[in-house]
Amino acid sequence: MSLLKYTLRIADSSLILAQRTSGWCSKGPTLEEDIALSNIALDLFGQANGFLEYASKIDGTKTADQLAFNRNEREFFNLQITEQKNGNFADTIVRQFLFSTYNFLFYTALANSTDETLSALANKSLKEVKYHLQHSKSWMLRLGDGTEESRNKMQTALQYFWQFTGELFEMDEIDMKMSKSGIGVENSLLKLHWDTIVNEVIEKSTLKRPKDEYMQTGSKKGLHTECLGHLLSEMQYLPRSYPNAKW
Amino acid sequence: MSENTVVWEVFIQSKNGLAHKHVGNVHASDKEMALQSARDLYTRRNEGSCIWVVKAEYIVSSESEDGEAFFDPSNDKMYRHPTFYTMPKGSKYI
Amino acid sequence: MNEQKFQEKIDLERKIEPKDWMPDAYRKHLIRQISQHAHSEIIGMQPEGNWISRAPSLRAKMILLAKVQDEAGHGLYLYSACETLGISRQELVQQLHEGKAKYSSIFNYPTLSWADMGAVGWLVDGAAIVNQVSLQRTSYGPYARSMVKICKEESFHQRQGYEIMDEMAKGTPEQKEMAQDALNRFWWPSIMMFGPQDSDSPRTENSMKWKIKRQFNDELRQKFIDQTVGQAELIGLTIPDPNLKWNEERGHYDFGEMDWDEFWSVVNGNGPCNIQRLDHHKKAHKEGEWVRNAATAYSKKQEKVNS
Repeated sequence: MSLLKYTLRIADSSLILAQRTSGWCSKGPTLEEDIALSNIALDLFGQANGFLEYASKIDGTKTADQLAFNRNEREFFNLQITEQKNGNFADTIVRQFLFSTYNFLFYTALANSTDETLSALANKSLKEVKYHLQHSKSWMLRLGDGTEESRNKMQTALQYFWQFTGELFEMDEIDMKMSKSGIGVENSLLKLHWDTIVNEVIEKSTLKRPKDEYMQTGSKKGLHTECLGHLLSEMQYLPRSYPNAKW
Repeated sequence: MSENTVVWEVFIQSKNGLAHKHVGNVHASDKEMALQSARDLYTRRNEGSCIWVVKAEYIVSSESEDGEAFFDPSNDKMYRHPTFYTMPKGSKYI
Repeated sequence: MNEQKFQEKIDLERKIEPKDWMPDAYRKHLIRQISQHAHSEIIGMQPEGNWISRAPSLRAKMILLAKVQDEAGHGLYLYSACETLGISRQELVQQLHEGKAKYSSIFNYPTLSWADMGAVGWLVDGAAIVNQVSLQRTSYGPYARSMVKICKEESFHQRQGYEIMDEMAKGTPEQKEMAQDALNRFWWPSIMMFGPQDSDSPRTENSMKWKIKRQFNDELRQKFIDQTVGQAELIGLTIPDPNLKWNEERGHYDFGEMDWDEFWSVVNGNGPCNIQRLDHHKKAHKEGEWVRNAATAYSKKQEKVNS
């Protein structure tokens, strides 16, 4: 079912990124930043929950929790960038920035969806994602144009994460079907605006935009990097170990 | 928690029409980060609020007492409120 | 002369504010108490943060994350309050790292199962609430105000924990066993949160005289036990104290003797997680150094550009 899969893609990216971001709890470079990252994680969990509830309704047989905790690696459709490890703070900021820029543009477009629920979810999420983008932008500048050490870490991070940006703008049959019916977003149309925002920030941060070389792909078909399996093992452990328990 | 961060006193206007109230401080390296931190810590992103941050060194104080500052959490995340939880019938002191 | 005026103010229930004269000993006592309270909130993020990635439902995950985030916020409010006494957050963190400042011993116990999230919320936050409600009337203004703010947020924490215990106690046999096990491990450490018996506490006298402390340790401990026994009974769990018994004459619960050896041992650094908690904190601080330096460097550059 196209609508189900489409909704799961959005839900999964939020869920997996939330899971990653929440990993910074008690490990932030400052107490203030610990709180900021937790806030972002909370927002993303909230978004994931909203989209999963809708997916559950469309599916008709599984709850949102069952969708989150009982699907295996090949049944997840989050963008691969979201499952990448936190690494150091530069890695996290680059990941958040590249994804949040896309997410902001995506939700802006999705807010015009002919599907009422998706439109409402997008509108609600947009307010939060605007803040996520502002947050990561601020850090891109401060870490890119901070010390030589911070610039080097940022450039290294940018180099690594660039390979996951191609996926953001892919369109497969489901995307095309959804977009044609006015429900979904034409991802390819987001690229120009994404490039503009990203290029401006990269330049202001005194960093260099990496070359568009090999781009990772496959999440739309449930193909992922090796990170996801480990993340899910940890995340799903309790419900899977106690299948009859209610929590 | 930094060697060189600056202390900023934070003032929040929780609703349009009300005066700003002092709520505490944040540590940040510059005013943008101070605003963001203040937003994260003291408003949980309440809508319509206005935040002032002032470098602590610029506050001039008389000898009178500080006003009390209270803060109401956002309505968006109901699980922060005790009324959100189902307590077993008959439970006391909780 | 100053001392006399100061004590008069205290006796009249007036608040002492940062600009007011205060005895050096009062200032020192407060710095120690408030900073240790702040450190406790921050270190307390670790045992609970341990289960965020494994929370068994979306709702549980969000609630736990919000709770731990609150704890960071509480730490921040308390560091702010402490700084009004003329010490920097940086110095306070250094004291923590050097072992000169302590934090609540309860956080030196490990969280071994999901049920521990219930036990910690219900008992540890429960005990903290009893203590903090009392401290809302402490004599130092900034400390009192932070206590009021914290108390408002803390009650959801205890309900979150109790709800988890309730659900598990009426769940599958494995869940009930897990909940009982968590209660068994956290009961006595929670009681120990109220500190030594007043007879063994040298600081209590000044603390009460200056109205920093408003109620005695033993009083607060008794209050917590009295209100918690019924809560355990209601959800069908057994408190691991065979000597726990209602005393009609006293109007309170009699309870068993605490293991004071364990208490002092953990306070003095020999608990299951003492090394781990501090190492975690030091590591995060060290690894964040380049970030903080970068932020400072950036702001200096901007100042130059703008001047």
